[in-house]
Amino acid sequence: MIKRTVDHTSVDEIIDRYDGEKSFLIQVLLDLQAEQHWLQKDALSRISERLEVPLMRIQHIATFYKAFSLVPKGRHQVHVCTGTACHVRGAGRVLHTVEELIDIRPGETDLDLKFSLETVNCLGCCALGPVIEIDGKAHGKVTSGKTAEVLKGYE
Amino acid sequence: MSDFTMRIDGREVPAARGQTILEVAGNAGIEIPTLCHHEQLEPHGGCRLCIVELDFGEWTRLVVSCVYQAKPDLEVRTRSGKVDKLRKIILELLLAHAPDSELLKELAAEYGANRTRFEQEPSFCVHCGLCVRYCAEVKGAHAVGFIDRGVRKEIAFLPEIAKEVCEDCKECFPLCPTSYAQAAYVLMDALSTR
Ligand code: SF4
Ligand code: FES
Repeated sequence: MIKRTVDHTSVDEIIDRYDGEKSFLIQVLLDLQAEQHWLQKDALSRISERLEVPLMRIQHIATFYKAFSLVPKGRHQVHVCTGTACHVRGAGRVLHTVEELIDIRPGETDLDLKFSLETVNCLGCCALGPVIEIDGKAHGKVTSGKTAEVLKGYE
Repeated sequence: MSDFTMRIDGREVPAARGQTILEVAGNAGIEIPTLCHHEQLEPHGGCRLCIVELDFGEWTRLVVSCVYQAKPDLEVRTRSGKVDKLRKIILELLLAHAPDSELLKELAAEYGANRTRFEQEPSFCVHCGLCVRYCAEVKGAHAVGFIDRGVRKEIAFLPEIAKEVCEDCKECFPLCPTSYAQAAYVLMDALSTR
Protein backbone atom coordinates (compact mmCIF):
# COMPACT_ATOMS: atom_id res chain seq x y z
CA MET A 1 0.00 0.00 0.00
CA ILE A 2 1.28 3.43 -0.84
CA LYS A 3 1.56 5.60 2.19
CA ARG A 4 0.42 9.08 1.45
CA THR A 5 2.53 11.73 3.05
CA VAL A 6 0.24 14.49 4.05
CA ASP A 7 1.33 18.07 3.96
CA HIS A 8 -0.17 19.89 6.89
CA THR A 9 1.44 23.27 6.35
CA SER A 10 -1.68 25.05 5.14
CA VAL A 11 -3.80 23.57 7.93
CA ASP A 12 -1.18 24.38 10.53
CA GLU A 13 -1.02 27.92 9.25
CA ILE A 14 -4.75 28.35 9.82
CA ILE A 15 -4.55 26.81 13.27
CA ASP A 16 -1.65 29.09 14.20
CA ARG A 17 -3.74 32.12 13.26
CA TYR A 18 -5.86 31.25 16.26
CA ASP A 19 -2.98 30.17 18.50
CA GLY A 20 -4.21 26.59 18.45
CA GLU A 21 -7.07 27.65 20.70
CA LYS A 22 -9.86 25.04 20.98
CA SER A 23 -12.65 27.57 21.13
CA PHE A 24 -11.78 28.76 17.60
CA LEU A 25 -12.62 25.38 16.10
CA ILE A 26 -15.48 26.66 13.95
CA GLN A 27 -13.42 29.61 12.75
CA VAL A 28 -10.60 27.26 11.77
CA LEU A 29 -13.05 25.09 9.86
CA LEU A 30 -14.54 28.13 8.10
CA ASP A 31 -11.09 29.33 7.01
CA LEU A 32 -10.20 25.88 5.76
CA GLN A 33 -13.46 25.63 3.85
CA ALA A 34 -12.85 29.06 2.29
CA GLU A 35 -9.29 28.22 1.26
CA GLN A 36 -9.63 24.64 0.09
CA HIS A 37 -13.35 24.58 -0.74
CA TRP A 38 -13.85 21.47 1.34
CA LEU A 39 -12.80 19.81 4.57
CA GLN A 40 -10.51 16.88 3.90
CA LYS A 41 -10.40 14.07 6.37
CA ASP A 42 -6.64 14.35 6.86
CA ALA A 43 -7.06 18.00 7.64
CA LEU A 44 -9.80 17.28 10.17
CA SER A 45 -7.59 14.71 11.87
CA ARG A 46 -4.82 17.26 12.07
CA ILE A 47 -7.15 19.85 13.57
CA SER A 48 -8.39 17.26 16.06
CA GLU A 49 -4.82 16.52 17.08
CA ARG A 50 -3.71 20.10 17.43
CA LEU A 51 -6.80 21.58 19.05
CA GLU A 52 -7.29 18.49 21.18
CA VAL A 53 -10.90 18.13 20.16
CA PRO A 54 -12.17 14.59 19.49
CA LEU A 55 -12.49 13.90 15.75
CA MET A 56 -16.06 12.69 16.29
CA ARG A 57 -16.99 16.10 17.64
CA ILE A 58 -15.46 17.81 14.65
CA GLN A 59 -17.38 15.50 12.32
CA HIS A 60 -20.58 16.41 14.12
CA ILE A 61 -19.93 20.10 13.64
CA ALA A 62 -18.71 19.69 10.06
CA THR A 63 -21.90 17.83 9.11
CA PHE A 64 -24.20 20.07 11.13
CA TYR A 65 -23.54 23.39 9.40
CA LYS A 66 -24.37 23.83 5.76
CA ALA A 67 -21.36 26.09 5.30
CA PHE A 68 -19.06 23.06 5.47
CA SER A 69 -18.58 20.39 2.87
CA LEU A 70 -16.88 17.02 3.22
CA VAL A 71 -16.65 16.63 -0.55
CA PRO A 72 -14.77 18.97 -2.88
CA LYS A 73 -16.65 22.08 -3.90
CA GLY A 74 -15.99 24.26 -6.91
CA ARG A 75 -14.00 27.47 -6.82
CA HIS A 76 -17.22 29.45 -7.26
CA GLN A 77 -20.42 28.91 -5.33
CA VAL A 78 -23.50 29.56 -7.42
CA HIS A 79 -26.71 30.07 -5.48
CA VAL A 80 -29.94 30.31 -7.42
CA CYS A 81 -32.76 31.77 -5.36
CA THR A 82 -35.97 29.79 -5.68
CA GLY A 83 -37.82 31.65 -2.94
CA THR A 84 -41.41 32.67 -3.58
CA ALA A 85 -40.70 36.04 -5.18
CA CYS A 86 -37.94 34.72 -7.42
CA HIS A 87 -40.03 31.68 -8.21
CA VAL A 88 -42.91 33.70 -9.62
CA ARG A 89 -40.47 35.85 -11.53
CA GLY A 90 -38.99 32.90 -13.36
CA ALA A 91 -36.35 31.35 -11.10
CA GLY A 92 -37.21 27.98 -12.62
CA ARG A 93 -36.06 29.12 -16.05
CA VAL A 94 -32.92 30.69 -14.62
CA LEU A 95 -32.06 27.51 -12.73
CA HIS A 96 -32.64 25.48 -15.85
CA THR A 97 -30.26 27.74 -17.79
CA VAL A 98 -27.56 27.42 -15.14
CA GLU A 99 -27.96 23.64 -15.07
CA GLU A 100 -27.61 23.51 -18.85
CA LEU A 101 -24.60 25.80 -18.96
CA ILE A 102 -22.48 24.15 -16.31
CA ASP A 103 -24.07 20.74 -16.66
CA ILE A 104 -24.73 20.00 -13.00
CA ARG A 105 -27.81 19.75 -10.77
CA PRO A 106 -28.25 21.55 -7.44
CA GLY A 107 -25.96 20.07 -4.79
CA GLU A 108 -23.36 19.06 -7.38
CA THR A 109 -19.97 20.32 -8.49
CA ASP A 110 -18.63 20.16 -12.04
CA LEU A 111 -15.66 18.00 -12.97
CA ASP A 112 -13.30 20.95 -13.36
CA LEU A 113 -14.15 22.02 -9.80
CA LYS A 114 -15.11 25.39 -11.16
CA PHE A 115 -18.72 25.74 -10.01
CA SER A 116 -20.87 24.30 -7.26
CA LEU A 117 -24.59 24.82 -7.59
CA GLU A 118 -27.17 25.19 -4.82
CA THR A 119 -30.69 26.49 -4.67
CA VAL A 120 -31.51 28.79 -1.77
CA ASN A 121 -34.84 29.84 -0.38
CA CYS A 122 -34.46 33.59 -0.12
CA LEU A 123 -31.52 35.90 -0.42
CA GLY A 124 -33.40 38.83 1.08
CA CYS A 125 -33.52 40.99 -2.03
CA CYS A 126 -36.82 39.91 -3.56
CA ALA A 127 -37.26 43.19 -5.44
CA LEU A 128 -34.31 42.20 -7.61
CA GLY A 129 -35.70 38.76 -8.45
CA PRO A 130 -34.91 36.49 -10.02
CA VAL A 131 -31.59 36.56 -8.27
CA ILE A 132 -28.48 34.45 -8.52
CA GLU A 133 -25.60 34.88 -6.15
CA ILE A 134 -22.08 33.90 -7.04
CA ASP A 135 -19.43 33.89 -4.32
CA GLY A 136 -21.59 36.19 -2.27
CA LYS A 137 -22.20 38.71 -5.03
CA ALA A 138 -25.86 39.07 -6.02
CA HIS A 139 -26.88 39.44 -9.65
CA GLY A 140 -30.46 40.70 -9.92
CA LYS A 141 -33.17 40.63 -12.58
CA VAL A 142 -31.36 37.87 -14.41
CA THR A 143 -32.67 36.38 -17.62
CA SER A 144 -31.39 33.32 -19.41
CA GLY A 145 -29.18 35.48 -21.61
CA LYS A 146 -27.83 37.50 -18.71
CA THR A 147 -27.13 34.35 -16.71
CA ALA A 148 -24.89 33.04 -19.45
CA GLU A 149 -23.04 36.33 -19.53
CA VAL A 150 -22.56 36.45 -15.79
CA LEU A 151 -21.23 32.88 -15.64
CA LYS A 152 -18.75 33.62 -18.41
CA GLY A 153 -17.07 36.14 -16.15
CA TYR A 154 -15.75 33.44 -13.80
CA GLU A 155 -12.57 31.52 -14.24
CA MET B 1 -27.92 12.24 54.33
CA SER B 2 -31.02 14.27 53.76
CA ASP B 3 -31.29 18.05 53.79
CA PHE B 4 -35.05 18.35 53.56
CA THR B 5 -38.16 16.42 52.65
CA MET B 6 -40.62 16.66 49.83
CA ARG B 7 -43.72 14.74 48.82
CA ILE B 8 -43.93 12.27 45.97
CA ASP B 9 -47.24 10.57 45.25
CA GLY B 10 -48.43 11.58 48.69
CA ARG B 11 -45.43 10.14 50.50
CA GLU B 12 -43.02 12.19 52.57
CA VAL B 13 -39.54 11.41 51.21
CA PRO B 14 -36.05 12.61 52.18
CA ALA B 15 -34.04 14.59 49.64
CA ALA B 16 -30.63 16.24 49.45
CA ARG B 17 -29.60 19.47 47.80
CA GLY B 18 -28.42 18.98 44.23
CA GLN B 19 -30.45 15.82 43.68
CA THR B 20 -32.92 15.59 40.86
CA ILE B 21 -36.52 14.55 41.43
CA LEU B 22 -35.70 11.30 39.63
CA GLU B 23 -32.91 10.52 42.10
CA VAL B 24 -35.06 11.33 45.09
CA ALA B 25 -37.84 9.10 43.77
CA GLY B 26 -35.39 6.31 42.99
CA ASN B 27 -33.95 6.39 46.52
CA ALA B 28 -37.46 6.14 47.93
CA GLY B 29 -38.24 3.18 45.67
CA ILE B 30 -40.70 5.13 43.53
CA GLU B 31 -40.40 4.27 39.88
CA ILE B 32 -40.44 6.83 37.08
CA PRO B 33 -40.00 5.58 33.52
CA THR B 34 -36.87 6.84 31.73
CA LEU B 35 -35.30 6.27 28.38
CA CYS B 36 -32.31 8.57 27.97
CA HIS B 37 -31.22 8.55 31.60
CA HIS B 38 -28.15 6.67 32.81
CA GLU B 39 -26.65 6.75 36.28
CA GLN B 40 -23.11 7.24 35.10
CA LEU B 41 -23.93 10.04 32.71
CA GLU B 42 -24.68 13.73 33.06
CA PRO B 43 -28.43 14.46 33.08
CA HIS B 44 -29.57 14.85 29.51
CA GLY B 45 -33.33 15.49 29.42
CA GLY B 46 -33.72 14.28 25.85
CA CYS B 47 -36.64 11.88 25.78
CA ARG B 48 -39.10 13.62 28.13
CA LEU B 49 -40.55 10.29 29.21
CA CYS B 50 -39.73 11.01 32.85
CA ILE B 51 -42.03 14.05 33.12
CA VAL B 52 -43.89 14.45 36.39
CA GLU B 53 -46.50 16.91 37.62
CA LEU B 54 -45.78 19.45 40.34
CA ASP B 55 -48.14 21.63 42.31
CA PHE B 56 -47.32 25.20 41.52
CA GLY B 57 -49.47 27.58 43.51
CA GLU B 58 -52.95 27.07 42.22
CA TRP B 59 -51.59 25.56 39.06
CA THR B 60 -49.75 22.41 38.27
CA ARG B 61 -46.63 22.20 36.18
CA LEU B 62 -45.06 19.44 34.12
CA VAL B 63 -41.31 19.13 34.60
CA VAL B 64 -38.64 16.74 33.41
CA SER B 65 -37.71 14.83 36.55
CA CYS B 66 -34.22 13.69 35.44
CA VAL B 67 -33.01 17.30 35.22
CA TYR B 68 -35.33 19.11 37.66
CA GLN B 69 -33.70 19.77 41.02
CA ALA B 70 -35.43 18.67 44.18
CA LYS B 71 -36.61 21.50 46.44
CA PRO B 72 -38.11 21.53 49.93
CA ASP B 73 -41.86 21.09 50.03
CA LEU B 74 -42.33 20.06 46.43
CA GLU B 75 -45.52 18.12 45.84
CA VAL B 76 -44.82 15.70 42.99
CA ARG B 77 -47.11 13.27 41.17
CA THR B 78 -45.38 10.65 39.06
CA ARG B 79 -48.67 9.54 37.50
CA SER B 80 -51.65 11.69 36.70
CA GLY B 81 -54.07 12.12 33.83
CA LYS B 82 -51.85 14.74 32.19
CA VAL B 83 -48.60 12.85 32.77
CA ASP B 84 -49.99 9.59 31.43
CA LYS B 85 -51.44 11.25 28.35
CA LEU B 86 -48.13 12.91 27.49
CA ARG B 87 -46.13 9.75 28.08
CA LYS B 88 -48.54 7.92 25.80
CA ILE B 89 -48.01 10.41 22.98
CA ILE B 90 -44.24 10.45 23.44
CA LEU B 91 -44.24 6.66 23.22
CA GLU B 92 -46.40 6.69 20.11
CA LEU B 93 -43.98 9.10 18.44
CA LEU B 94 -40.97 7.02 19.44
CA LEU B 95 -42.67 3.84 18.25
CA ALA B 96 -43.10 5.33 14.79
CA HIS B 97 -39.30 5.29 14.62
CA ALA B 98 -38.59 2.06 16.46
CA PRO B 99 -41.72 -0.11 16.21
CA ASP B 100 -40.05 -3.26 17.49
CA SER B 101 -38.13 -1.98 20.47
CA GLU B 102 -38.94 -4.31 23.37
CA LEU B 103 -38.49 -1.54 25.90
CA LEU B 104 -40.86 0.76 24.04
CA LYS B 105 -43.40 -2.02 23.54
CA GLU B 106 -43.45 -2.74 27.26
CA LEU B 107 -43.94 0.91 28.11
CA ALA B 108 -46.57 1.19 25.38
CA ALA B 109 -48.59 -1.57 27.02
CA GLU B 110 -48.35 0.20 30.35
CA TYR B 111 -49.53 3.55 28.99
CA GLY B 112 -51.95 2.27 26.39
CA ALA B 113 -49.92 3.72 23.54
CA ASN B 114 -51.00 2.75 20.06
CA ARG B 115 -48.06 1.47 18.07
CA THR B 116 -49.54 2.52 14.76
CA ARG B 117 -51.04 5.87 15.62
CA PHE B 118 -48.41 7.71 13.61
CA GLU B 119 -47.15 6.69 10.22
CA GLN B 120 -44.23 4.33 10.67
CA GLU B 121 -40.90 5.76 9.69
CA PRO B 122 -38.41 3.29 11.10
CA SER B 123 -35.10 4.99 11.60
CA PHE B 124 -34.55 2.67 14.59
CA CYS B 125 -32.41 5.20 16.43
CA VAL B 126 -34.54 7.36 18.72
CA HIS B 127 -31.72 9.84 19.39
CA CYS B 128 -31.56 9.11 23.11
CA GLY B 129 -27.82 9.75 22.87
CA LEU B 130 -26.95 6.98 25.35
CA CYS B 131 -24.35 5.38 23.09
CA VAL B 132 -22.83 8.73 22.15
CA ARG B 133 -22.70 10.09 25.68
CA TYR B 134 -21.51 6.84 27.23
CA CYS B 135 -18.67 6.58 24.73
CA ALA B 136 -17.62 10.16 25.41
CA GLU B 137 -18.30 10.57 29.12
CA VAL B 138 -17.51 7.15 30.55
CA LYS B 139 -15.06 5.67 28.05
CA GLY B 140 -13.55 8.91 26.78
CA ALA B 141 -13.25 7.17 23.43
CA HIS B 142 -15.47 9.30 21.16
CA ALA B 143 -15.87 6.40 18.75
CA VAL B 144 -19.54 7.08 18.07
CA GLY B 145 -21.31 10.38 17.66
CA PHE B 146 -24.12 12.21 15.96
CA ILE B 147 -23.78 13.53 12.45
CA ASP B 148 -25.97 15.80 10.34
CA ARG B 149 -29.00 17.54 11.81
CA GLY B 150 -32.78 17.76 11.89
CA VAL B 151 -34.55 14.85 10.22
CA ARG B 152 -31.26 13.58 8.82
CA LYS B 153 -29.47 13.41 12.17
CA GLU B 154 -28.09 9.95 12.87
CA ILE B 155 -25.38 8.21 14.82
CA ALA B 156 -22.18 7.13 13.17
CA PHE B 157 -19.13 5.21 14.31
CA LEU B 158 -15.83 6.71 13.30
CA PRO B 159 -14.03 3.78 11.65
CA GLU B 160 -10.48 4.83 12.61
CA ILE B 161 -11.34 4.94 16.29
CA ALA B 162 -14.02 2.25 16.39
CA LYS B 163 -11.61 -0.30 14.88
CA GLU B 164 -9.24 0.34 17.75
CA VAL B 165 -11.56 0.42 20.71
CA CYS B 166 -15.00 -1.08 20.02
CA GLU B 167 -14.08 -4.74 19.63
CA ASP B 168 -13.07 -4.95 23.30
CA CYS B 169 -15.83 -2.71 24.63
CA LYS B 170 -19.26 -2.86 23.01
CA GLU B 171 -20.65 -1.54 26.27
CA CYS B 172 -23.04 0.79 24.45
CA PHE B 173 -24.90 -2.06 22.73
CA PRO B 174 -27.00 -3.11 25.73
CA LEU B 175 -27.71 0.55 26.57
CA CYS B 176 -29.47 1.15 23.28
CA PRO B 177 -33.26 0.94 23.56
CA THR B 178 -33.55 -0.28 19.97
CA SER B 179 -30.40 -2.29 19.06
CA TYR B 180 -29.54 0.34 16.50
CA ALA B 181 -26.16 1.12 18.06
CA GLN B 182 -25.09 -2.46 17.46
CA ALA B 183 -26.53 -2.48 13.93
CA ALA B 184 -24.70 0.73 13.06
CA TYR B 185 -21.45 -0.71 14.38
CA VAL B 186 -21.75 -3.95 12.45
CA LEU B 187 -22.55 -2.06 9.28
CA MET B 188 -19.58 0.26 9.73
CA ASP B 189 -17.34 -2.72 10.42
CA ALA B 190 -18.51 -4.49 7.29
CA LEU B 191 -18.14 -1.46 5.07
CA SER B 192 -14.76 -0.16 6.12
CA THR B 193 -11.42 -1.71 5.51
CA ARG B 194 -8.62 -1.53 7.92
S1 SF4 C 1 -28.27 4.22 18.55
FE1 SF4 C 1 -29.49 3.58 20.33
S2 SF4 C 1 -28.35 4.32 22.10
FE2 SF4 C 1 -27.54 5.40 20.35
S3 SF4 C 1 -28.74 7.32 20.24
FE3 SF4 C 1 -29.77 5.85 18.90
S4 SF4 C 1 -31.34 4.89 20.17
FE4 SF4 C 1 -29.88 5.89 21.58
S1 FES D 1 -35.10 10.22 31.16
FE1 FES D 1 -35.57 12.27 31.61
S2 FES D 1 -35.75 13.14 29.64
FE2 FES D 1 -35.15 11.11 29.19
